[in-house]
Amino acid sequence: MSEVVEAGHGTHDDHHDHGPDKGLARWLFTTNHKDIGTLYLWFSFTMFLIGGVLALVIRAELFQPGLQFVNPEFFNQMTTNHGLIMVFGAIMPAFVGLANWLVPMMVGAPDMALPRMNNLSFWILPFAFAMLISTLFMEAGGPNFGWTFYAPLSTTYAPETVTYFIFGVHLMGASSIMGSINIIATILNMRAPGMTLMKMPLFVWTWLITAYLLLAVMPVLAGAVTMMLFDIHFGTSFFNAAGGGDPVMFQHIFWFFGHPEVYIMILPAFGVVSQIIPTFSRKPLFGYDSMVYATASIAFLSFIVWAHHMFTVGMPLAGQLFFMYATMLIAVPTGVKVFNWVSTMWQGAMTFETPMLFAIAFVILFTIGGFSGLMLAITPADYQYHDTYFVVAHFHYVLVPGALFSIIAAVYYWLPKWCGRMYDESLGKLHFWLSFIGVNVTFFPQHFSGLAGMPRRIPDYALQFADFNMLSSIGAFVFGFSQLLFLYLVIKAIRSGKPATDRVWEGAHGLEWTLPSPAPYHSFTQPPKITDAEAHS
Amino acid sequence: MARLCVGFVLALVAVGAGADELNMTPGVTEISRSIFDLHMFIFWICVAIGVVVFGAMFWSLIHHRKSQGVTPATFHESTKLEIAWTLVPTLILIGIAWPATQVLVAMYDTGGEDLTVEVRGYQWKWQYKYLDDDYNATFGFFSNLATSQDEIRGRTEKGEFYLLDVDEPLRIPVNRKVRFLITAEDVIHAWWVPEFGIKRDAIPGMLNDLWTIVPEPGVYRGQCTELCGKDHGFMPIVVHAMPEDEYDAWYAERLVAEETRKEALSKTFTEEELMVEGEAVYATYCASCHMPNGKGVPPVFPGLDGSAIALGPLEDHLDIIVNGKTGTAMQAFGKQLDAAQIAAVTHYERHAWSNNVGDVTQPRDVIEFTSSQE
Repeated sequence: MSEVVEAGHGTHDDHHDHGPDKGLARWLFTTNHKDIGTLYLWFSFTMFLIGGVLALVIRAELFQPGLQFVNPEFFNQMTTNHGLIMVFGAIMPAFVGLANWLVPMMVGAPDMALPRMNNLSFWILPFAFAMLISTLFMEAGGPNFGWTFYAPLSTTYAPETVTYFIFGVHLMGASSIMGSINIIATILNMRAPGMTLMKMPLFVWTWLITAYLLLAVMPVLAGAVTMMLFDIHFGTSFFNAAGGGDPVMFQHIFWFFGHPEVYIMILPAFGVVSQIIPTFSRKPLFGYDSMVYATASIAFLSFIVWAHHMFTVGMPLAGQLFFMYATMLIAVPTGVKVFNWVSTMWQGAMTFETPMLFAIAFVILFTIGGFSGLMLAITPADYQYHDTYFVVAHFHYVLVPGALFSIIAAVYYWLPKWCGRMYDESLGKLHFWLSFIGVNVTFFPQHFSGLAGMPRRIPDYALQFADFNMLSSIGAFVFGFSQLLFLYLVIKAIRSGKPATDRVWEGAHGLEWTLPSPAPYHSFTQPPKITDAEAHS
Repeated sequence: MARLCVGFVLALVAVGAGADELNMTPGVTEISRSIFDLHMFIFWICVAIGVVVFGAMFWSLIHHRKSQGVTPATFHESTKLEIAWTLVPTLILIGIAWPATQVLVAMYDTGGEDLTVEVRGYQWKWQYKYLDDDYNATFGFFSNLATSQDEIRGRTEKGEFYLLDVDEPLRIPVNRKVRFLITAEDVIHAWWVPEFGIKRDAIPGMLNDLWTIVPEPGVYRGQCTELCGKDHGFMPIVVHAMPEDEYDAWYAERLVAEETRKEALSKTFTEEELMVEGEAVYATYCASCHMPNGKGVPPVFPGLDGSAIALGPLEDHLDIIVNGKTGTAMQAFGKQLDAAQIAAVTHYERHAWSNNVGDVTQPRDVIEFTSSQE
């Protein structure tokens, strides 16, 4: 253990030179990476519950054929806002929260590089989402054009509240851009001496690459919504064919943002899983270098595959072939990652605490999502899959047991370090099994309803899809309500969990575990010594 | 736990009951069959990869656990392995890409068609126009959902083709190459018939083309597959593939009917005729928003019973029906309905429910109104 840790031990209770403010001011004005990380995580959990309630409205309506609970108009608002809230409000802020908490501790820094901007980038978010969600209570209703908001449904034919949506997206983008600048600045400038790039934990690597993806594509999204704004209010015709514009151009611009966005939501998940599997396998990560290169390759490829979301818009043959081949290529680096994780487990000495269970489920279920992704890449077959529930099943497999499970795994894994207390292991396992079963009962049948021909985003369906939809709805309610158990578990751990040791897990390696539990307010006030045991060598 | 058990029992029942609904349809055309083969080919490749990867993983999960008393190994890299599991998947992908490319090239073999149909998506219905050799429409019609609101709202039993039935299907001959020119009037829709293996977006201002040769007569059903607003789930596609001679006879009949329709535009109808025809038009085009009882769903869809427009000057009433109202769901019906239909529905709205304006609207009034706008 490094000397810093010894020093930390000596002044365990009150070594902070300037500790947190008291009361609300602490959270409003904080520039501390841990406070801001906590804010991000609670915010994203709140959004997760709101987005989840919308999902349950959808699943309740789809429980049986016919319209029972909501009108089609409202149903479309549910699907749209469920998507927007989960993508921009739950998954992305959760990863930024994890980065805030962990990156300084992992690279041996006292805090993030740009603390005031850090505060701003968080506090923009509640306003952005308040604006977005408030539209659901307005007379014209909220956005109802799908989270992909294709023009002209989202421009000429949009409800008047679309302007709130546009402003909300702008704010979310500004927040993400500031957050990613901060993460890049921290990783490139604040590493402790000796923490070379190729010694960084994989979570830091994946976030560094993700942050560059965010910087590259959030401005593109901002451009798309700005053009919408001009089409709606200032008489331009970017996306209006009658005025010389092109509705298909909207889709090209959106997906040039949208496909890297998909990897923004999964690369940090790769990082989390690459931290957890070695710990509980008690064996170093297999193929560290190739993991870094694979992550970078995926990031590069993410920029040249966007039109595989648009195989049915009527592109020329050469375009279809290019995007099909490029998309198939992504399977190669992704496969490398999966093979490396399995090789890490191979001949380890595994135990199965809750974070490991979620990480293993991630590897299996994300791979299933990857398989359906490969199937979707095959253009001729995509004509049959496109915009059906097969696609819904595919992206929920990579986002729920993919991105979301990795976030839950991360919380279980690092919570003892954050609050100095352990969660309840048997309840954690119960939470895992309920989630695992719930997720599969919800989304696996959707492969079948999609193949049988059920289009996505419909409030009512033909009778042959009834069985699978009922099953899916049952699974969704099981999954949804078991997340309340997660909330209970986290609160219980924070208030009355057993004290955690500094190392927490037997096989844990990395600078964050050299700090006391709970971690001090300012992580490393002096640079730690980088030893082989705590870094990849 | 009880809930879970119910879930699993239902899962088994579902799998048992819907065994033929577990997979993609092989369809009836050459293209749809080759898509199905491609789908199954890549599916089995994924299964094989899954068996190998998950097999290794589960072997490890069972045998390499701390409770077995094993000491963890310390190896953590192998350049040879990394190269192997980069190259092998690449080769597998080339093996998949080859047949996929062949099928795609075959699908792009347009041209040489025997007849052309323009398919136009509207919120929320399809219009089919049969084009002659100069791409002028000989006749056309709208194809609307035939499922009643009562079935949708659960007030009567749902029929066999719930949500998949239309008032008038598209008719095409078997064994002839049919070319579809696909476009849309308002927002983006997508036209999909799974059994033909064809799907294409209908985009306002653009023309996409698509073709099929259907070898077997039959009724084939599909749905709109691009979110297009409120009733996206309620605009099915039904195609009758007819034996060639039956199709030719039907086509000739429709050409005659088209002449009769054109004559109706100069006719003077009685009030009863207008009310009967108007009610039918209203049920098809207006009732889903303004409701059969004319009460609407305020505030989004205003009622017509006692409304200022239905009781006001005829010109304003025609204006909103012909041109729609921008920024609302009220579409412009000027292109979708002919003057006789607009006259009838206008007359109906002015005299149905508690409305009783006391005037009469004839096709010529509508023609006069539309020409005064130009």
